Amino acid sequence: MNILRNFLTRCVYALILLTAVLVLNFSLMHLAPGDVADTISQSMGGADQEILDQIRADYGLDQPFIVQLGRYIGNVLQFDLGYSFFYNMPVTELILQRLPATLILVITAQLLALTIGVVMGVISAQKPNGLMSHFVTFLALFGYSAPVFWTGILLLIGFSLHFQWFPVAGMRDVTIEGGFWVHFVDLIRHLTLPMITLASVFFALYSRLARASMMEVLGSDYVRTAKAKGLSVREVVYKHALKNALSPVITLAGLQFSAVISGAVLVEAVFSWPGLGTLAFQSIIARDTPTILGILFFSALVVIVGNLLTDLALRLVDPRVGGKK
Amino acid sequence: MALLEVENLRIELTTRDGTAPVIDDLSFTLEAEETLSFVGESGCGKSMTALALMGLLPEGIGRVAGGHIRFNGEELTTATPARLREIRGNDISMIFQEPMTSLNPVFTVGEQIAEVLRAHQGLSRSAAWDQAVELLDAVRIPNPKGRAGDYPFQMSGGQRQRAMIAIALACQPKILIADEPTTALDVTVQAQIFDLLRDLRRQTGTSIIMITHDMGAVAEMAERMIVMYAGRQAEIGPVEQIIDHARHPYTQGLISCVPHIQAVLTDDRPDLVEVPGIVPSLREFGKDQCLFASRCAHVTQTCLDARPPQKAFSAGQIADCWHAEAF
Ligand SMILES: Nc1ncnc2c1ncn2[C@@H]1O[C@H](COP(=O)(O)OP(=O)(O)OP(=O)(O)O)[C@@H](O)[C@H]1O
Ligand SMILES: [Mg+2]
Repeated sequence: MNILRNFLTRCVYALILLTAVLVLNFSLMHLAPGDVADTISQSMGGADQEILDQIRADYGLDQPFIVQLGRYIGNVLQFDLGYSFFYNMPVTELILQRLPATLILVITAQLLALTIGVVMGVISAQKPNGLMSHFVTFLALFGYSAPVFWTGILLLIGFSLHFQWFPVAGMRDVTIEGGFWVHFVDLIRHLTLPMITLASVFFALYSRLARASMMEVLGSDYVRTAKAKGLSVREVVYKHALKNALSPVITLAGLQFSAVISGAVLVEAVFSWPGLGTLAFQSIIARDTPTILGILFFSALVVIVGNLLTDLALRLVDPRVGGKK
Repeated sequence: MALLEVENLRIELTTRDGTAPVIDDLSFTLEAEETLSFVGESGCGKSMTALALMGLLPEGIGRVAGGHIRFNGEELTTATPARLREIRGNDISMIFQEPMTSLNPVFTVGEQIAEVLRAHQGLSRSAAWDQAVELLDAVRIPNPKGRAGDYPFQMSGGQRQRAMIAIALACQPKILIADEPTTALDVTVQAQIFDLLRDLRRQTGTSIIMITHDMGAVAEMAERMIVMYAGRQAEIGPVEQIIDHARHPYTQGLISCVPHIQAVLTDDRPDLVEVPGIVPSLREFGKDQCLFASRCAHVTQTCLDARPPQKAFSAGQIADCWHAEAF
């Protein structure tokens, strides 16, 4: 009951936040020089003022800012994000087409970074001066300092061009034929390098935090109690300590969700992954305002949903969250 | 054969300042169904002794550097980790000083009790849970069925310490080590916890090692007591005898700190007094002299030249003082 009410409150906040995001994005785009009329006229090879004015009138760009904003928000509420002149299709449709690719990349990379980060953090916390500990420190340093596009290009050159283990670009090979599993394996082969690239940045964060958090928990009184009960090392570490050590890592993962998405933009560009990132990149160059706004809106949506899920996960590992008093 | 024999135990702590003996040449025995009390100022090594008995000295910092700990004749200082795990929580269990942090915050209290029963007695999930509820009832937590599903943060300090006692007594251990079980609790709750321990001891016959600052509790609960000072034994013997006629100046000082432990304030002792000075720092624990000398009103050159011998008196009273006969 309590959880449900809390969840609903969070949803209301999320709606308010989304509206604020809409207003802000729209205002920012409005402030930027140039608009669709410029783009269209450029693609026609230039146009005179009369035609420009005509285009602006057609698309309502000559209206006052407030009117345009109101119309935009009204449309969004009806799930209409406008029309992309560049791609010649409704923005909502365009984004929904590209969204799955981004979600696959972001979620798998986040899960990979979390799993490996926590596992390595936990192992190294048990021997703070062991080999694994130094390995984690080294990898973390690497992950912090290497820019994600550089890692991506390096992996591409190494594993796609040199060894040819993985495809160079894209998400699927249109030439192959077969059932679900054939396509699934094909997807995994395409996904591997971009996923590792994106995960490399966040793995560093998570493993460091998991290590620190685990070390603190291993020195706590309740872990001593667990040992005093005569429990096995496995139960002490993976039951009593780990469940406590997870909370900070999950919190961080939630906070990093937006960073993962912006990281995905770069990774998608490097690997020509057909997701929102590539779309964003292309539409910015094309000054395709409705598409850019749509992508920003969806990114905000994904981040908010990610935060809600984080909150849910935290409740699962720590009963104190949400104050069941 | 005594249930527990500790012989010339030496525990060393390695810190940034170097290695020092936090327990030096400690010997005592614990008989079946006996309550033995450890008293002494903060920092004199009581908790370290308890942790050594459990094989739980802080890893990489503390180690048993000499001596023997025998449980039912079995040497524990050289026992394998697997054997120690069998004994811990089953034959010897411990209640800690800090009830607020000693329970795991993310598991229910019932689970934390049931877990010991599953580990040592091979009970099924539901049987262990039922017994956990019974144990909560035995430690006098009202509505035990409902409270078993509570998390530690939903309980008061006194209730948490009761839950800890339930965990410790779950497998009916031979020895219960209670390390200042009431220090963190308020006075009325302290009395309740001592009552509970006394009743449980009567019902189960568990031997108790009771570590405390509370001379009143010692007088009420224990048959024998050990007075510790700076990692060494100062005096050992039957509680009544020591309170009646302490042979070590430190013990005398401790006793005179406590109101009403002797029935009347005499001319000799018209008022409460304190023991002046402080416990020497860990670095000085190893010195070959009487460590209490700097605070002792009766100090002589002998006290500063060599470590005092153990002097035995009637009824098993032993005092580590050069001048014990004189007091
Ligand atoms: N983890 C540790 N690292 C370094 N020194 C420690 C550690 N734990 C305890 N000590 C030192 O060992 C000595 C004995 O500590 P111990 O905890 O046994 O005292 P105690 O008699 O239980 O005191 P209290 O009544 O305050 O609980 C103290 O001087 C303390 O500073
Ligand atoms: Mg202590």
